[in-house]
Amino acid sequence: MSFFYEKILGGKNGTAHLLILAAVILIIFPLFLDAFRLNLVGKYLTYAFAAVSLVLLWGYGGTLSLGQGIFFGLGGYGMAMFLKLEASSPENTTIQSTPGIPDFMDWNQLTELPWFWEPFTSFTFTIIAILTLPALFAYIIGAAMFKRRVGGVYFAIITQVIAVILTVLIVGQQGLTGGINGITDLRTLNGWDITSDSAKYIFYFINAGLLLGVIVVSRLILNSKFGHLLLAIRDKEDRVRFSGYDVGNFKIFIFCFAALISAIGGAMFTLQVGFMSPSFVGIVPSIEMVIFAAVGGRMSLIGAVYGTLLINFGKTTFSESFPELWLFLMGGLFIAVVMFFPNGLAGIWNDYSHHITNRLGFVKTGYNKIKQTLVPQKIQDSSH
Amino acid sequence: MDGYTTSELGAIFAMQGFAGISLFSVLLLMALGLAIIFGQMGVINMAHGEFMAVGAYTTYFLSTFTEAYFPSFLDYYFVVAIVVAFFVAGILGYFAEFILIRHLYSRPLDTLLATWGLSLIMQQTFRSVFGAREVSPTLPDWLMGSVQPTEMIDIPINGMFVLGLTIVVTLGVFYLMFKSNWGLRVRATTQNREMSGAVGINTKKVDRYTFALGCGIAGIAGAAFTTIASTGPTTGTLYIVDTFMVVVFGGAASLFGTIASAFSIAQAQSILEFFISGSMAKVYTLLTLVIILMFKPEGLFASKVRR
Amino acid sequence: MSLTTNTDYTLAIEDLTVSFDGFKAVDSLNFYLDKNELHVVIGPNGAGKTTVLDLICGKTKATSGSIKFLNKELTELNEHSIVRAGVGRKFQTPSIYENLTVLENLEVSYPVGRSVFGSLFFKRTETVLEKIHEIAKEIMLFDDLETEAGLLSHGQKQWLEIGMLLIQDPQLLMLDEPVAGMSVKEREQTAELLNKISQGRSVLVIEHDMEFVAQIAHKVTVLHQGKILATGDMDAVQHDPKVIEVYLGH
Repeated sequence: MSFFYEKILGGKNGTAHLLILAAVILIIFPLFLDAFRLNLVGKYLTYAFAAVSLVLLWGYGGTLSLGQGIFFGLGGYGMAMFLKLEASSPENTTIQSTPGIPDFMDWNQLTELPWFWEPFTSFTFTIIAILTLPALFAYIIGAAMFKRRVGGVYFAIITQVIAVILTVLIVGQQGLTGGINGITDLRTLNGWDITSDSAKYIFYFINAGLLLGVIVVSRLILNSKFGHLLLAIRDKEDRVRFSGYDVGNFKIFIFCFAALISAIGGAMFTLQVGFMSPSFVGIVPSIEMVIFAAVGGRMSLIGAVYGTLLINFGKTTFSESFPELWLFLMGGLFIAVVMFFPNGLAGIWNDYSHHITNRLGFVKTGYNKIKQTLVPQKIQDSSH
Repeated sequence: MDGYTTSELGAIFAMQGFAGISLFSVLLLMALGLAIIFGQMGVINMAHGEFMAVGAYTTYFLSTFTEAYFPSFLDYYFVVAIVVAFFVAGILGYFAEFILIRHLYSRPLDTLLATWGLSLIMQQTFRSVFGAREVSPTLPDWLMGSVQPTEMIDIPINGMFVLGLTIVVTLGVFYLMFKSNWGLRVRATTQNREMSGAVGINTKKVDRYTFALGCGIAGIAGAAFTTIASTGPTTGTLYIVDTFMVVVFGGAASLFGTIASAFSIAQAQSILEFFISGSMAKVYTLLTLVIILMFKPEGLFASKVRR
Repeated sequence: MSLTTNTDYTLAIEDLTVSFDGFKAVDSLNFYLDKNELHVVIGPNGAGKTTVLDLICGKTKATSGSIKFLNKELTELNEHSIVRAGVGRKFQTPSIYENLTVLENLEVSYPVGRSVFGSLFFKRTETVLEKIHEIAKEIMLFDDLETEAGLLSHGQKQWLEIGMLLIQDPQLLMLDEPVAGMSVKEREQTAELLNKISQGRSVLVIEHDMEFVAQIAHKVTVLHQGKILATGDMDAVQHDPKVIEVYLGH
């Protein structure tokens, strides 16, 4: 009981914060937002997966990845491929020269499904693929780099280049991937209409639930010896190595886990928004994911979620009214976070929240006083 | 490849070769500024592309200015523009170092993020001042057209100009870094900051001027590229990844490495482009670079460093 | 090429050389360490003392020669394998995890759960806690178990690092200037500590403080320009004419 409380729920503070987040995304948002806006929040929450992955990888592990979009995209494309194949059944595509294949393939004069699309007709395969292939890709990259002690800035740049490679590949091979427009016009999941409002509600709750689940699992990891080692590796890699640990393996694991989380986010994105394109794979979205984590608090799983929500809300609000102002704000935010509040909003909260909770202390004392006056009454009543 | 006569093939190779050399000079010009900043100072400047755009926009501005007020000078303004671009970008770089970069020297990952923020601000400034559409300066006549040494070989003049400019700038940088007093101070500061400070070198000033120099060279590159392509607010981001790859692949600390790296990457890409589509050529080139970097993280051409 | 001779020594270094671009930091070194021996290496700066430690623990790769630890050839192994073989190295500047508590520092160094999955499922059992408490008492930090390591005094940090090595029960403990920056009282306590822990293992110490060396050393070796100048007990070395010349001559 105590292990569960301390390690997973995070003690008094941790539990409170987790409950508040759960309340916000599971109760408050659905209650007060219409279907359209809730869907928007759902979209933001998928980005939050990538931000949370960066808290693990960058905040705790000290490894900056400028390519989480790679894994977000791979997860998203996996789901999109399945949905597209379903939407491109021979009945739906009778007007094509080759019915039964996605429209963009038809435009590019393909006459049959490329081999790597075939397995995505199965939902089971798709789910397995989303959970394993991005992580596998991360394993290859991680093993190649961390075993050779490539880290820091070099690693960051290489992840960026890989993001570019993937983007150029996707855009250039329009026949195989849908090109720059991505995979669009997704309609049903195993017969069930994903564009309906009810579907969007259900996906939202699945998404929110998964996100909370990811946070709990991440907490487990961070509170274990592995988590302490991660921090140790971030701060004194040599000392860890000279204490008998194969540091490379630890970095590889957390990189793969971060990839897995981002991929789940990508898949949920496709389900909720109904398409996937290379504009979520490249360097710009990848670095935005970093800023979500940085603003929310790179050392805080929950903070990263709030950071993602805040920036995306800001983007939507500002881009409508003051589009010119928004990029200035974003750029300024990058600089401000780096220079002035490196632990993000979570850091500020940790530093100053006691002022608020102390002020709220009068509520607690008031509550206790009321309880005291009520209890004698209760004893009286129960004597009836 | 069938159906070409030998002389036709020869001409194609010559032109392809020149395209490769042209690309080489473009990459090198972009990479030189970054090599100085990253290689010598270890600073990751994600806004490097935007400093190039500053140079390009300066040229555009001077072009419209000359057209409006001094139309007879249209033939001459371009060379002036290059010099002005150098100074404008350089001065901006000087201030960027002073306000932002100098606080972050010990934190390379944070410099990366902060300079990305700077690049966003610069991009938006371009958009607000010059508009969102791409612009191009009016190029002087002598830059237009091509030279035809033989009937089948067509060498564009702007390509030759960029090549010539690159040679001049490279020699200039080489001379500055390795033969001048100031270059000595820069190298001393990079290799041993404390000692340099102890012998009286104003390391802060050296940093500032080095960063400004790198940005200034980026400005020249930007000015030169107006001869090849138009400029928009996001043009900087188009080049930044390539530029970093050139520098990292060449072994950041070595100027010769940068040159060799730019040459091999350019040749590899143009030769590949001849056989396969442009995008796949880029993919294969980048992929090869990444794989090589995984085996040799310090860069292919880095000089051996004591472990 | 590793020599195939088997030895009874804990550590047997033979013909060890490392050269950096022609400069021989360690030159054909021959050195032997017994069990239960506390051996101090002294010598002027640049003599190669820290380099020898670097070579043993794998931080630097030797150009030639052999390092045998309990008859295992160390020059072929990577750093973490050398540690797991039983070699512990303390660095010159205290190398501890500042953001973790003393208890967590020791727990992280506990030699169980060293693989990724091992560490994920590692449980802080009674056995683990007992061992941590035992070591903490030895290094005089039992009352500070919940203190963040970054808040300890300089001397305490050195002790913590020694504790982090002790908890792995190494057969060879290498300490690089363990009392640098310590007060007189702390030096005394450290001398006591080192004398205690040299039972049952070999300890190799690099130091400059001669008073401290006299308190702990079973044997002393003087290193100069990558070679051994003199070796023996403290008295013999101090009166060795070659040593006197190097330290006081020129």
